[in-house]
Amino acid sequence: MITDAAPARRHLAISARLQALPLGLVFAAFFVLPLVLVVVVSFWDYNDYQIIPSFTLRSYTESFEGCLDELPGLCTIFRTYASTARFCAIVWALTLVIGFTVAYFLAFHVRSSLWQMVLALVCTIPFWTSNVIRMISWIPLLGRNGLVNGGLQTLHLMDRPVEWLLYSDFSVVLAFVHLLTFFMVVPILNSLLRIDRSLIEAAYDAGASGRQTLWTVVLPLAKPGIVIGSIFVVTIVMGDFVTFGVMGGQQIASAGKIIETRLAALQFPPAAANAVILLAITLIIIRVLTRIVDIRREL
Amino acid sequence: MTRGRPLSFYVLALAFAAYVAFLYGPTIVIFILSFQGPAGGLTFPMNGVSLHWFRRLWAGGGIVDIGAAFRRSLALGLVVMIMTVVLSTLAGLAFRRRFAGQGALFYVAIASLIVPSIVTSLGIALEFRVLDDTVKALGPDWFTDEFTSAAGLFTSGLGAHLTWTLPFGLLIMFAIFNRFDRRLEEAARDLGATPWQTFRFVLLPILLPSLVGVALFGFTLSWDEIARSSQTIGAYNTLPMELRALTTTVTTPEIYALGTVTTGISLALIGTALAVILVLRARQARQGSDAGQGV
Repeated sequence: MITDAAPARRHLAISARLQALPLGLVFAAFFVLPLVLVVVVSFWDYNDYQIIPSFTLRSYTESFEGCLDELPGLCTIFRTYASTARFCAIVWALTLVIGFTVAYFLAFHVRSSLWQMVLALVCTIPFWTSNVIRMISWIPLLGRNGLVNGGLQTLHLMDRPVEWLLYSDFSVVLAFVHLLTFFMVVPILNSLLRIDRSLIEAAYDAGASGRQTLWTVVLPLAKPGIVIGSIFVVTIVMGDFVTFGVMGGQQIASAGKIIETRLAALQFPPAAANAVILLAITLIIIRVLTRIVDIRREL
Repeated sequence: MTRGRPLSFYVLALAFAAYVAFLYGPTIVIFILSFQGPAGGLTFPMNGVSLHWFRRLWAGGGIVDIGAAFRRSLALGLVVMIMTVVLSTLAGLAFRRRFAGQGALFYVAIASLIVPSIVTSLGIALEFRVLDDTVKALGPDWFTDEFTSAAGLFTSGLGAHLTWTLPFGLLIMFAIFNRFDRRLEEAARDLGATPWQTFRFVLLPILLPSLVGVALFGFTLSWDEIARSSQTIGAYNTLPMELRALTTTVTTPEIYALGTVTTGISLALIGTALAVILVLRARQARQGSDAGQGV
């Protein structure tokens, strides 16, 4: 019997590789190879009609054009990245606070697991509906003659409509928080539900106040969920061009929109160069975040 | 269990209720406004109640061919859904054992989730440009005369959507198998079941509710995809891309009617999926175990 075990195991390993093969092929063809091409094409030349496969740093030098001359001021690309990073930070902070509060309520204050599931589902259902529609649905609320402005004027808090509610930095942040808090709630809830309740009892018995328990017991144990949620939120905002476009009235620049603009002009090498820059910055952010937690262990 | 709720419960419950209102409020507003009277505008007050804007939407007069975009999105969503379920189930099974390249595949899947969509989309577009140029240069004349591009809804578009849905599918499968009792399979094997029988009669019935969940993710993520579709979908737009274009051009409640219809379809689908999951779970609870019921 023992002699049979080794070939059997090898057979299993081969079948495991076969089972994973289709997934691997899809990623190879539609993710790995395309990424390689983005890097390669970013070093190619171009003219008005076509891409020219000869090595040049033109796309990069053009992207950073004038950046040295304008110091200490910021050139366009640095300004755009700084602005996108600012949006990232604001959205991250808001989604983290709201997401943690919601997850904390579900994990520690909802006692029946049925209600826990139902309420978690209530938070999830909008995620499965159309993002664009959810963006459009802010228009009747925030518009010049919208509900918010109407309310403010009826209450005589304002004598004329507030203009910065829609197609502004404010509406972009609002839409991001609206769309992305879900990505914080789910992983944080997952982390919170795994916390051994006896740890909290122990903290309580040892005389810790509610706030101390939250800061020294719950928060550290929720860290994996917080990091995973943060990775989602930060990478989505960094690469976004749809929300910035629709909610910013096509007026607000972002890292993702630089690429889209280049593509609209069919300038593939500069688009690729900007994609490489965006990718590098995103990877640095993720590297910093994953130093805090090992994702694979948390699944 | 007569312990009263602490004050923090009420504060947090209020915060939760506010969050839910924030989440659903705008959708409810456009739902109401989509029934705006014929003379009504994009905001309140309601100028009568009518189905006028739904009728106009149905007639297809004011807006580009939404029906065609709708059918394209539906077809693509279904194909993406089926492929996501099948491929992630297979990969989920594979990941329970060790195989060469396992770590690499895992990190590629995670990377596919977090690399900005526009970068992936651009890469696939470049890939198909290179492919097209190669075919045109090397292909036989009878073929290249007719040939324009290999890029399209079910080639580059499908691939782009899969790079977004498959990581979700794989992660859900990991979560499922982490909670899976392997003794059930071992018992089946000990009783002489072939690997296929073990899968068909032991694994599949247990996994089925979760697979419906994977299917729901597969379809809805594809149904709503814009960023990855933007450079890869070929000549004809999908529904969310048309919607995005309409946000800048349409200034009547027709767009709300469209929003209500789209959201309604999503909700019907989610409801169906959840109902199927509940039914399957109930069936499992009823038939799953004969422990303690005697022989």
